[in-house]
Amino acid sequence: MKARVHVMLKDGVLDPQGEAVRHALGGLGFGGVDKVRQGKVIELDLADGTTEDTVREMCEKLLANTVIESYQIEMS
Amino acid sequence: MRAAVVVFPGSNCDRDLAVAFREAGCQVEMVWHKDTTLPSGIDIVGIPGGFSFGDYLRCGAIAANSPICAEVKAHATRGGFVLGVCNGFQILTETGLLPGALLRNAGLKYICRTVPLIVGTSDSIYTGGYEVGQEIGVPIAHHDGNYTASDDIVRQLKAEDRVAFRYGDNPNGSTADIAGILSSNRRVLGMMPHPERAADEKHGGTDGKAMFTNIASALAAA
Repeated sequence: MKARVHVMLKDGVLDPQGEAVRHALGGLGFGGVDKVRQGKVIELDLADGTTEDTVREMCEKLLANTVIESYQIEMS
Repeated sequence: MRAAVVVFPGSNCDRDLAVAFREAGCQVEMVWHKDTTLPSGIDIVGIPGGFSFGDYLRCGAIAANSPICAEVKAHATRGGFVLGVCNGFQILTETGLLPGALLRNAGLKYICRTVPLIVGTSDSIYTGGYEVGQEIGVPIAHHDGNYTASDDIVRQLKAEDRVAFRYGDNPNGSTADIAGILSSNRRVLGMMPHPERAADEKHGGTDGKAMFTNIASALAAA
């Protein structure tokens, strides 16, 4: 089984990288991009039976810094 | 006075930090990240700058979960002294020993130059050799030094006189110009600038030296 974890900076935390990407898109002529937020996706191959709770624990302990980041888990 | 300096794969200021402690009169032992105990009788632990574990995942995240860091946390919880510089500051926020986090510099650039720092408090072994409001020149060298914390945390840091250093001319977007903070018991200091790189005439400046001499004399007297 697999889990996919999306880690994003929390709303309200300034994302200078996203802002630079937004600026670059404007420079390429893409108008109307109001906001860009950049995050990361972490894919985990897991032993059968691993629960979403366990993945949540992984997020809390290591995969995300919950001071500045939020995360979402997709199990499949 | 005995200091331990932790070495992670990718640390690159570990020997500089050890030299600064040694020159101030401390006996220094290097400790490897896989070690599960600190040498006995250690007064202060130094967490050096560098790029522990290649900054993978987040700066300091992997190091904060290494075996030695459990010991460093226990040492701090017992009331032990811990000094984290640059990547060491990032590691201390990742362990939760200090509040807040270090984000990518607001200008997105890696910055490597000497900057003016304002001493925020002289009430700690680290800053007791300086006057409040004194301006000192200390090098920074980081890509992720943009200190951030909730409004409540920043208010608390200020109210409890725990902002050890502020930038005179904020280079990285840090909230409230914060360059270094103390724990609530004032025994853990995390700071992005490198005092160990301003501790000898040959460094081009000696404004960081008073930190190490004060640490050594305060701990020798304790």
